[in-house]
Amino acid sequence: MNALRRTLGLAWVILGPAAVIFLIYEAYGKIMAQPTQDVYLPWIIIITIFTPIAIGMVIFGLYALKGEYDR
Amino acid sequence: MDIISNRKLYTVIGASSLGTLIEWYDFYIFGSLATIISEKFFPPGNPTAAFLATLATFAAGFIVRPFGALFFGRLGDLIGRKHTFLLTLIIMGGSTFLIGLVPSYESFSLAPAVILLLRLLQGLALGGEYGGAATYVAEHAPANRRGYFTSWIQTTATLGLFVSLIVIITCQQTLSKEAYNDWGWRLPFLLSVVLVAFSIVVRLKMSESPLFSKLKKEGKTSVNPLKESFGHKTNLKMVLLALFGATMGQGVVWYTSQFYAQTFLLKTCNIDATQANTWMGIGLLIGTPFFVIFGSLSDKIGRKFIMLAGMLIALLSYRYIFTQFYNYADIKQKTEIVDKTTVNVTRAADKAKPQDSVITTTTNKSFTDGSSYLEVKKETILADKSTTAPKPSIKKTVTLSDSYQWKVIGFVFILVIFVTMVYGPIAAFLVELFPTQIRYTSMSLPYHIGNGVFGGLVPFIGTLLYEYSKTPANPPGDVLAGLSYPIAIAAVCFIIGALYLSNKQQKQAITD
Repeated sequence: MNALRRTLGLAWVILGPAAVIFLIYEAYGKIMAQPTQDVYLPWIIIITIFTPIAIGMVIFGLYALKGEYDR
Repeated sequence: MDIISNRKLYTVIGASSLGTLIEWYDFYIFGSLATIISEKFFPPGNPTAAFLATLATFAAGFIVRPFGALFFGRLGDLIGRKHTFLLTLIIMGGSTFLIGLVPSYESFSLAPAVILLLRLLQGLALGGEYGGAATYVAEHAPANRRGYFTSWIQTTATLGLFVSLIVIITCQQTLSKEAYNDWGWRLPFLLSVVLVAFSIVVRLKMSESPLFSKLKKEGKTSVNPLKESFGHKTNLKMVLLALFGATMGQGVVWYTSQFYAQTFLLKTCNIDATQANTWMGIGLLIGTPFFVIFGSLSDKIGRKFIMLAGMLIALLSYRYIFTQFYNYADIKQKTEIVDKTTVNVTRAADKAKPQDSVITTTTNKSFTDGSSYLEVKKETILADKSTTAPKPSIKKTVTLSDSYQWKVIGFVFILVIFVTMVYGPIAAFLVELFPTQIRYTSMSLPYHIGNGVFGGLVPFIGTLLYEYSKTPANPPGDVLAGLSYPIAIAAVCFIIGALYLSNKQQKQAITD
């Protein structure tokens, strides 16, 4: 199980930035299609909030990779 | 640790829970009255935009919660639990009361900004309250029954919503529609000042947590709780694990089952507000004792198993349950009694611009299953033909027959059971993860990011995803699109929790 915990650490490291890139990509598409406040404001809020959390996910993944959660 | 009598323990729980319940009540009435707040405090125009603006304000209340957790958590670890969560109660009560006094946008153009500010203060106070109450109760409770005793605090979140719905429905039922829309909706906010005053008196009589008092006496309290909580790897890794392996999924399950379900019944299914809120309220009330049942069970079989089981069952069954809600209210699936259909068209001068006129078309339909449908379409005809008329506003209301009552309540009850499974044991789980010196700070942050950010944004992101699913090829959109977000988050959290969380870790408990 420890091997799986460590291996999946890589997935969490990738998931953080991947989620932010996905959000930016989606936001770009929606804002370009309809550049109004109703559209861009929610996206700015969402990306701003989730970016530090994504960084936390990367740190969590690194800890998992290093075996900090091994038992 | 001193042995505390059961009587004192229940007094501690009662006093802590009462204050927390009132804070939740204060916080929820804003969300429950989102539609009317949108009309009163945000510039009129596009109703969806106005609704999103309100939800954004709603979300803002949640987003600042982590900051409240840091600010008050630090204070609670420095000066003590009692005075800190007394302060949060005062801020919450004051903000709620003031929301009830703010004039509407028509007479006070700064109203949206003031409302946003007060909402932020509410979020800040709530961020400090929960961690304090959970820590305070846990530090009084015996180790082998911590899940049971802290689960009483967990009931307050649902009871707070229940009380808020009762107060709102009572106001709606006792006042005329005009009076309620004019000033009656303010009453639930104003009532807060009485509840908070009572709770402050009760809390003032309480003494400090015995574990914190002991630390203080020995001079072992933390000097810098923020640095010790998040600057040291040993603690930071537990904060991250608590967030991604527990509170993130717990937050989305809670908010989907309780709040998104309510938004879904009202906005997507267009079920009559009083009917939907009453049925939600009954489902919540029947389900509430299960917080204590699952909290108590977690003392015996561990927190992890119950929380993750709740998360898994929830993510697997959400689409089915919400589909049932939609089908019950979908008039296309009902047989219309054509003879009873009435259409009434009136034309009157626009109140705001008398030169323009408004055509109101009121359609009433009845169905063989006893349900009825009311549609009020308002179309503005401009005197100046060179300008574009605004889009007609259409308000749809479905009143379901009584035969649906227990079906809807039954599904709401199942949704509440999911909440009780993930939320009942979470306070004990979190307090046991961190040492007393930095417990308030350390447990508050993952709790409020999980619940405030991941959970609090469920109605907002859910509505957004539903709106985006409306395309020219599929104008009605996918009514279940909003569920993708909580299902995805709960699935990731379940995997992390199942792999990395341990019941043993949690049993290290509070040993100081």
